[in-house]
Amino acid sequence: MSAPWQRDGYEAVIGLEIHVQLNTASKMFCSCPNNFGDEPNTNVCMVCLAHPGALPVANAEAVRQSVRVGLALGCQIPDVSEFSRKQYFYPDSPKAYQISQYDQPLCGEGIFRVPGADGFTVRLTRAHLEEDAAKMIHAGGEGGRISGSAGSVVDFNRVGTPLLEIVTEPDIRSPEDARRFLTLLRATVIAIGASECDMEKGSLRADANVSIRPIGSTEYGTKTELKNMNSFRFLERGVEAELERQLGLVQAGERIDQETLHFDPTTGTLSSLRSKEQAHDYRYFPEPDLLPVTQDQESLAALAGHLPELPVARFDRLSEAGLVEATALVLATDTGLAAYLDDLALRTGDLKIAANWVMGELQAHLNADALSAVQSPVTPERLAALIALVVDGTINQTAAKEVFAALVADPAATAAGVVQDRNLAQVGGDDALGEIIDAVLAAHPDEVEAFRGGREQVIGFLVGQCMKQSGGRADAKALQGLLRARLSS
Amino acid sequence: MSGVELTADEVRHVAALARLGLDDAEVERLGRELTSILAHVNTIAALPIADVPPTKHSRDSADSLRPDVARPGLPREDALRNAPDPSADGFRVPPIGA
Ligand SMILES: [Zn+2]
Repeated sequence: MSAPWQRDGYEAVIGLEIHVQLNTASKMFCSCPNNFGDEPNTNVCMVCLAHPGALPVANAEAVRQSVRVGLALGCQIPDVSEFSRKQYFYPDSPKAYQISQYDQPLCGEGIFRVPGADGFTVRLTRAHLEEDAAKMIHAGGEGGRISGSAGSVVDFNRVGTPLLEIVTEPDIRSPEDARRFLTLLRATVIAIGASECDMEKGSLRADANVSIRPIGSTEYGTKTELKNMNSFRFLERGVEAELERQLGLVQAGERIDQETLHFDPTTGTLSSLRSKEQAHDYRYFPEPDLLPVTQDQESLAALAGHLPELPVARFDRLSEAGLVEATALVLATDTGLAAYLDDLALRTGDLKIAANWVMGELQAHLNADALSAVQSPVTPERLAALIALVVDGTINQTAAKEVFAALVADPAATAAGVVQDRNLAQVGGDDALGEIIDAVLAAHPDEVEAFRGGREQVIGFLVGQCMKQSGGRADAKALQGLLRARLSS
Repeated sequence: MSGVELTADEVRHVAALARLGLDDAEVERLGRELTSILAHVNTIAALPIADVPPTKHSRDSADSLRPDVARPGLPREDALRNAPDPSADGFRVPPIGA
């Protein structure tokens, strides 16, 4: 755990509700395409428009992906789960109820571990499958403001698309830990391929339940719900702002109201949503139009057995292999980069050297060219050939960077070819280096004198001069040794 | 077994949740009817049915799932045909919260 949020005798109590849009081909309860970015109201049918008599049929793949997510997050998977109706009136829900799950969710309790020296665990309450709501396009104004009598236009492309809601216990103790937890959870869902989890596009949405209580208390204070923070930074800042607001209220002797709040990142302030709405009374009841969904142990074992390596396990493996925590975390949460690393490490036989290249030159190039690891022209095979030339002493680090740039620029080039064409092979061997050293020492008698007089640091200057003389190709280690020997004689 | 009588306020609360506007006469009549339904439910609850699993569906089966295959939906003109107030590409609704 990072340093917990504690101020003036109070501590933070944070739980998250995370909505993940599943990337199935069709919607949750009908066969309409699950493409809600298309032209408005082009992926709709009688079922998702709630025409009378139209009946839902659950999507097997959405169920399967939800169970995979549950298994990946360490949830118990009950034998039987059921759908329920959640009643509410709003134009984004044409049936006037949402099909969700209530007392029998697909995924039950779990424990998710955020690894690392200051790691922590978060208990998961459940994960349940439901249908998303439609999108409201508010007419008459910037920023989606509803104005005047213009009303709104509803796009039902998104209604009925599959949504997995993951609910945590209030086990998180700081805004930073909320971000760390969500980062790893997101990476886990991406790793198993159930969703793109793009917060900006809304395929991952996080609400936070926030309260404060006296340090050491086991009771919970009144919580508020922060809605739909659409980036990790806003999640962290929104929760921080809400903790400060609650502390201010408590210290002023005022009451904290249970309410839903919206964080405005441009002003850093929180405003109350739907404050006029009466207390939630969704009157859940079993969905009579859908049969229960069952799981058998054999299928569950098969699904669990075929999960890919998950970010938490990858973090553990990379840490145990000696990578520093920050590096292990970046690689653990980026499945594409990690796959590249594993391929490269297999070819070079040294995970640490491979990781240095992946985190250094490769990542700089991927960022600069806006590429994913698998799109890079520098394949693990080409980079491994370059690393081999460094390891066997053919080229030094400076030359290696030049070769890397050449491999990026020309997809047909090979490391050995670039070294030969540009004459980058390292100048090693006592004779070749000796000649350079002799020339440099002869040209800088004052510095030689100074070194012999005790100013040891002058050697840095002399090394630099020799390196320059060699065109940057000198074997730096051999050069140092030889230079010292020559100066001391 | 009775003993449960819905108050007028409870009837109005339930009506508000269902977005129903009731006049006083309807509140009185529906209060009586709902009370009688609750009394009936309480009669059933008094039976020795602790061991009987709840019947939530008319079919005693499970797992009626469909494969994840997308098919085109309705043409938009058709989808919008019954809308009370269609716009060029969507369903216009009255201002919210007004
Ligand atoms: Zn549909």
